Amino acid sequence: MLRARILENKLSSLYKAGKIVGGVYLGRGQEAVSATLGTALIQGTDFFAPLIRDQAGRTAFGEPLLDCTRTYLGSVQGPMRGRDGNIHRGRPKEGMPAMISHLGSQVSVVAGMLFAKRLQGTLEGRVGATCIGDGASSTGAFHEGLNLAAVEKLPLVVVIGNNQFAYSTPNDRQFACADLVEKARGYGIGGMAVDGTDLLACASVITEAVRRARAGQGPQMVVARLLRLSGHGEHDDAFYVPGEVKQGHYGRDCIEVAMRQLVENGIATVEEILTWQEQFADEVQRAVAQAQQEAAPDPYHENWTALATRFPLATPTPTQAVFP
Amino acid sequence: MSVTYIDAIREALETLLREDPRVFLYGQDIATFGGAFKATKGLAEMFPNRVFDCPISEDAMIGLAVGAAIEGMRPIVEMQFADFSSVAFNQIVNQAATHFYRTGVPIPITVRLPSGGTPGSGPFHSQSMEGIYAQYPGIVVLTPASVSDAYHMLIDAVTLDDPVIFCEHKFLYRWLKAKSINGDHLPIGQARIVRPGKHATVVAYSAMVHEAVRAADRLQQDGWEIEVVDLRSVKPLDIDTVLASVARTGRLLAVGEAFPWGGVTAEVVSRVTEEGFHLLDAPPQRLNARDTPVPYHPKLWAAHRPTPESICQALRKLLTF
Repeated sequence: MLRARILENKLSSLYKAGKIVGGVYLGRGQEAVSATLGTALIQGTDFFAPLIRDQAGRTAFGEPLLDCTRTYLGSVQGPMRGRDGNIHRGRPKEGMPAMISHLGSQVSVVAGMLFAKRLQGTLEGRVGATCIGDGASSTGAFHEGLNLAAVEKLPLVVVIGNNQFAYSTPNDRQFACADLVEKARGYGIGGMAVDGTDLLACASVITEAVRRARAGQGPQMVVARLLRLSGHGEHDDAFYVPGEVKQGHYGRDCIEVAMRQLVENGIATVEEILTWQEQFADEVQRAVAQAQQEAAPDPYHENWTALATRFPLATPTPTQAVFP
Repeated sequence: MSVTYIDAIREALETLLREDPRVFLYGQDIATFGGAFKATKGLAEMFPNRVFDCPISEDAMIGLAVGAAIEGMRPIVEMQFADFSSVAFNQIVNQAATHFYRTGVPIPITVRLPSGGTPGSGPFHSQSMEGIYAQYPGIVVLTPASVSDAYHMLIDAVTLDDPVIFCEHKFLYRWLKAKSINGDHLPIGQARIVRPGKHATVVAYSAMVHEAVRAADRLQQDGWEIEVVDLRSVKPLDIDTVLASVARTGRLLAVGEAFPWGGVTAEVVSRVTEEGFHLLDAPPQRLNARDTPVPYHPKLWAAHRPTPESICQALRKLLTF
């Protein structure tokens, strides 16, 4: 989560300096939730469909920093080759689908990846996870996907980061139940709530949700309450978030909370954390420098085809199908 | 013994399930019930754990198929009616259709759309969606008009590495019969001249091919020889075969069952005008359904879509220009 924060601070600076192609969308304040999920998943076995605020989860799941900097800086060597940008990157064949902007849509895609593994007889011990926000919980795709995963009893973990604002729209214009975790019961799936600013609580609850899914207990929903500590994107100053909310419990920075927890529990020393910071800043600097010196995509070398099939096809040998 | 268009589709599904372990069927009421049109009759018993009933969730059905395709499967999704695929529109055009271009990972899914009108089906069980899907990059859109094509094109569709919208015509399901499913097995993307002629070209697809052939039969009594081209695949569009036909006849009428604004017939006319303007002896014409929802009552419905009568009328106007 610290690596992600340092990377995203750098992305923010690059955006303000006009160096980024397109928008920048950060996960500040959501790192404890995202990193915990990414850590609980096993790269190479599990599936993880990150969303807009999951830099920490991506890194924890094993996505190289270069995938991020290359995509944001428009290098043709990035996983999307300039064809898609920022948080829409992914490596579907390595268990990390690339999100589309239509929220809730990844729930059924991860369900499908798990469904394939069931048909292939290799689902055992495998989990799929995706993150969404409070806003996405209002979409039809979220409902359809979660209900379908519940019907199919798939090992799917859906982590809802309720950061209280969908872009600028507050919770009271988004849903009418007291807490989103109530919805889990309606779907017949497991549901747990957690303070998303508390790393140790997240580690406990999210790891448990992943364990339950892996153990065959069906889909699990975790609702993490927190506050987005930046705008929707870096173009947005979040003026609509009231001061008392920013000053409230969920306005605290999960990174600071985490550092305190690590030190107080004897998990890490202050010196160690400072060393990490230096190391991560160096990694980020190198990933940015590398991507910055790489070429942009060349429209004259783009093949401009959206199909895998190359038409026209050769005429097939006539077959004499036998009809009973 | 004769084979119907729906028999051919069921037979193709059985062949695919038998020969390719990556294939599975996902749709509403397709397992025990065998599908609203019985396209999957008996398949759930023949292939346990390969044919699944699913919730009424068109969006999630396609999302699941996309995820399964990423992991190496070849899902075939049945939309109960083409009309309901509008609920899955986002997953089809934004998830499935963009995936290969964005990530380099192909999405070989086949979405079967029972399409087109039948008497008494009304606004929400009659639509022809091919033009809408064809407008998006990254999708193959097929519209078989014969029993043999229904069989071979469905098998070929599942073999392709791309998302395929497979438009089956509901009127043809039981009305269209052939002696066998054998045929010329043209490749996907190639149109077929189903009736040669020299005075005008009618370009049609799906059920409209049969209406066009009837119209051509009637005009033959007056000495007119009408060439009928069955597009078979609306995307990719075999404009070469169409242009070659127009080069022979000098006149073009494009007939489709979809709504008139834009769509396949507009694309055909536009491409021929652009690439073959010098071949035309008369302004190219289009004939489509009317610009209203598809009406319920059979009398209204029959006057909503192109018929042999309206095609004859359009052709006479074209021939005498």
